[in-house]
Amino acid sequence: MAIPIYASPAERAWQYAYRVICAAIFIFLVAPILIIIPLSFNAEPYFTFTKEMLSFDPEGYSTRWYDSLLTLGMQAPENVRDASWWSDAWNNATWIKATKNSLIVGFWATILATVLGTLAALGLSRPEMPYRRVIMALLISPMIVPIIIIATGLFFFYSNPCGIAGFSCGRLTATYIGLIMAHATLGIPFVIITVTATLSGFDQSLIRASASLGANPRVTFFKVIMPLILPGVISGALFAFVTSFDEVVAVLFIAGPEQQTIPRQMWNGIREAISPAILAVATLLVIVSISLLATVELLRRRSERLRGVTPG
Amino acid sequence: MKKLLILSTALTLVGFSARAELTVMSWGGAYGEAQTEAHVKPFAAKSGIATVMVDSDNPATPIKAMVEAGNVTIDVASVEYADAIRLCDEGVLEAIDASTLPAGADGVPATEDFLPGAITECGVSTDIWANIYAYDTTKITGTVPTVVADFFDLEKFPGKRGLRKGAKAVLEFALMGDGVAPADVYATLGTPEGLDRAFAKLDSIKSEVVWWEAGAQPPQLLADGEVVMTTAYNGRIFNAAVGEGKPFTIVWDGQIYENEMYVVPKGAPNKDAAMEFIAFATSTEGLQAQAQQISYGPARKSANATEILYKDGKTVMGPNLPTAPENLANALETSSTFWVDKDAELNERFNAWLATN
Amino acid sequence: MSEAMTAVPLTTSDGRPLKSALASAQLRAKRRAFFLVAPLLLFIIVTFILPIGQMLHRSVYHDGLSANAPSLKAWFAANPEGTVPDEAAYAALAADFKTMKVDKTAGIAGTRVNYTLPETRSLITATARNADDLAPPYKVALLAVDPKWGDPAVWQALRSASSAYTMDFYLISTDYERSPDGTIQRVPENTRIYVYLFVKTFILSALITVICLFIAFPVAHLLATLPMAKANLLMILVLLPFWTSLLVRTTSWIVLLQGQGVVNEALIALGMIGEDGRLKMMYNQAGTIIVMTHVLLPFMILPLYSVMKTIPPSYARAARSLGATSWTTFRRIYLPQTLPGIGAGALLVFILAVGYYITPALVGGADGQLISNFIDFHMDKSNWSLAAALSAMLLAGVLVLYWLYDRLVGIDNLKLG
Repeated sequence: MAIPIYASPAERAWQYAYRVICAAIFIFLVAPILIIIPLSFNAEPYFTFTKEMLSFDPEGYSTRWYDSLLTLGMQAPENVRDASWWSDAWNNATWIKATKNSLIVGFWATILATVLGTLAALGLSRPEMPYRRVIMALLISPMIVPIIIIATGLFFFYSNPCGIAGFSCGRLTATYIGLIMAHATLGIPFVIITVTATLSGFDQSLIRASASLGANPRVTFFKVIMPLILPGVISGALFAFVTSFDEVVAVLFIAGPEQQTIPRQMWNGIREAISPAILAVATLLVIVSISLLATVELLRRRSERLRGVTPG
Repeated sequence: MKKLLILSTALTLVGFSARAELTVMSWGGAYGEAQTEAHVKPFAAKSGIATVMVDSDNPATPIKAMVEAGNVTIDVASVEYADAIRLCDEGVLEAIDASTLPAGADGVPATEDFLPGAITECGVSTDIWANIYAYDTTKITGTVPTVVADFFDLEKFPGKRGLRKGAKAVLEFALMGDGVAPADVYATLGTPEGLDRAFAKLDSIKSEVVWWEAGAQPPQLLADGEVVMTTAYNGRIFNAAVGEGKPFTIVWDGQIYENEMYVVPKGAPNKDAAMEFIAFATSTEGLQAQAQQISYGPARKSANATEILYKDGKTVMGPNLPTAPENLANALETSSTFWVDKDAELNERFNAWLATN
Repeated sequence: MSEAMTAVPLTTSDGRPLKSALASAQLRAKRRAFFLVAPLLLFIIVTFILPIGQMLHRSVYHDGLSANAPSLKAWFAANPEGTVPDEAAYAALAADFKTMKVDKTAGIAGTRVNYTLPETRSLITATARNADDLAPPYKVALLAVDPKWGDPAVWQALRSASSAYTMDFYLISTDYERSPDGTIQRVPENTRIYVYLFVKTFILSALITVICLFIAFPVAHLLATLPMAKANLLMILVLLPFWTSLLVRTTSWIVLLQGQGVVNEALIALGMIGEDGRLKMMYNQAGTIIVMTHVLLPFMILPLYSVMKTIPPSYARAARSLGATSWTTFRRIYLPQTLPGIGAGALLVFILAVGYYITPALVGGADGQLISNFIDFHMDKSNWSLAAALSAMLLAGVLVLYWLYDRLVGIDNLKLG
């Protein structure tokens, strides 16, 4: 990006302006995410920097909003913080319940999406796969179709899943299973995309080499294919997990009071009265996303190294 | 990975075992809290039935969708009077046998103890509440708004206004703001010209309106200084002003009041417990307990017989209730028959008005 | 020579003709590939295709009247269109009202007729409420309840609604209605909304796409031309928003932009605006545009970046050495080579923007709502057929764009990070 020596003064000026513009855009991208971190430690219930905060007066900062995340919904939040207080928080605190739900649903949705998605990606990357293009388009479409349409469809379908066959067999709304299936559906396109991308650099002759050396398909899969595509599978799984972890519309439509997740609680908080407690949750989620991002980046580089592609 | 799996399985079991038995849906915020403290917690303690409260912007809305889709996940809901009648007409609610309601503390049977109209085929009233408007006394000093017309007077009181996003109560409020007497409001609103007149009045402040949906929003909008005055449910403002010491004042002129009803959606998973809950919550003590939490008037004569104090132990609730004589000077009772029939139509018009021009 | 080749077919070692052996091996491979995909395909059909198909069915199906007014339906079936309703018709109507009152189905029946002819819902529910008092002669009795029962338009609407299959919801979704004489006309100006909303949704999405493109282009170029180590570091700044919860980002923007938010406070502290001059950037169209631009920006940067990275810098140098100015070089040499990236990014951002729901719902206020928010509104109000018709139209738009994306870009080229 060095400025070439033949550049005219006007071009030099433009180069500097260009860098300023880019810096401004990077600030636009990241600043809104980072600004909530200091604000979540505000001692006052305001959403802007108080005088005390700007002068770095410790009085201006507090962890009261983080504390309120624990106490909201507890039976007896004002008691002494002994073992029974913590068990009360663990069982009753609204945000802890929401976290449990998010983890349960996210975990199983990820497993489902990753297993089904990886198998399908293996099939799709074979040159013999019939109707490849159409099927691929179909499997990616949950990412493209507006979520409100998917959620609406699921709301009716889950109300009476067997209705389509003409009989009744209970329902899937307000169940964990239903929500897990919905989130898996939304996560599948990400698994397909990342795993097929990894497989596109995969040398198919390795499979024949493995077979010619006497390995059966199962051994070939676990000893040859899996280690090579694992980074792609894991980043696909992370994408699927994040999709579920961040999803609110399907939860709004098909979850019951027992399946309230973190985004669902945030949705309530933002719509009714945003208190700095929301900022505390947001800060914790930003930390989660930074660590997930770091994981994916490391995996991507490892995968490229393994496949002999230069990093970048 | 294996550890994660075990942890997750354990969490799943925790999640499944912590099933609540009775779910009550209310309006969230101060009102939801009041009903949690006055009804949900005592009921759970007394009956041993685990009871949870969930929030909605307007519980009547999800009920219909749930019942029609065969998808009922709640047992009791707190809905507006017209909605209780409309949903009952549509077969979406369970009928409530009034004879199962407990007699008043003074022994008068429930059917006579409740105020007229407070028991319907499918609902039992918990309280009488009002749509009022309120302002922040630190923001508006000097001349203060006193009548409903002041809400629409941008010259006298410049600044943003909060209004509920929906046709009900907003259209009546606009007509009263335009000088229509409460007795003539529904007759006027029933004519195309009257309806245009209401929208024309709203047009005059449209550019300055911040629309709210959840009842918890208006006190927040006032507190944040996002609006100088806002319509609100009176109890929310009372709780913010008296309970949290916010400098809010209610203008009672032009208030629109109605009954709030507990109803049971058809096909509720725990119908019997739901009926038990309603009987418990609408007893003299149940209604008084709620009135100690929020300034809505109890719907039973016996519950109004003694003076009720707010939970701070000193504020007398009487003058803060919509039904206090001094608050009823220029007040309108919501016409349930009008809204039962016109709700869908007028909301359609309202949405078109809101989204366009 | 070639004749000799075809005359003696090649065989495999066990004596089968090579051609058929290859064909069957090919078939086996095909089947094996398909079996790997089959479980997912089945899963997607159950949790995605079937639900959406079933929902779309509702856009042409509403049995609110037909299921609850069997006698009336029978009368319509027996009498062709244009028949003046006789006493038998009124008797059928009265009989249905009596059952409706018992079953409490007048509301749903009225709702259905109201879609075809506004202001008939209250007519039906009010009549059903008085159904017990209806006695022969029914025509007189019904007209006594409400003279509207003599109106041919009402009967026309009843006939139309008595069939469960209908196109009425698509009429409503395009701001049309049936006039009393059965012709199709636009609804009065003050209730027109859906065409406006569709147009607005598309215009706002296009605007957001263009803003994204202008912001993404310089950044993608910088990333593509910087040395690898620096580019990787800056790439993290692009990917961080991508990985951050949508609700977190929306919250941040509310905190920044609301009336009492960080930006307004900062501007006031700097003396750039007065206390009364606070900018309105939240809970309106501006809020929707700003936040959606931020949310969708990575979807523009990433495809642009991956295309720009493949453009050899030597082309630009060659153009310069041949005397082109830097502007000409950019316009004639560089820009055309980035077109695939622009196409991919713009289409992706546009497709995602058209169906957006969460951000407009939280920050859009009154005028920043998109079509998805109205689908939700009608779902809430259980106007399911209308919600389904609006969904179908939105879905059709999105699928056309998706098809275009596949043709121009190829789904295989969709990349994430």
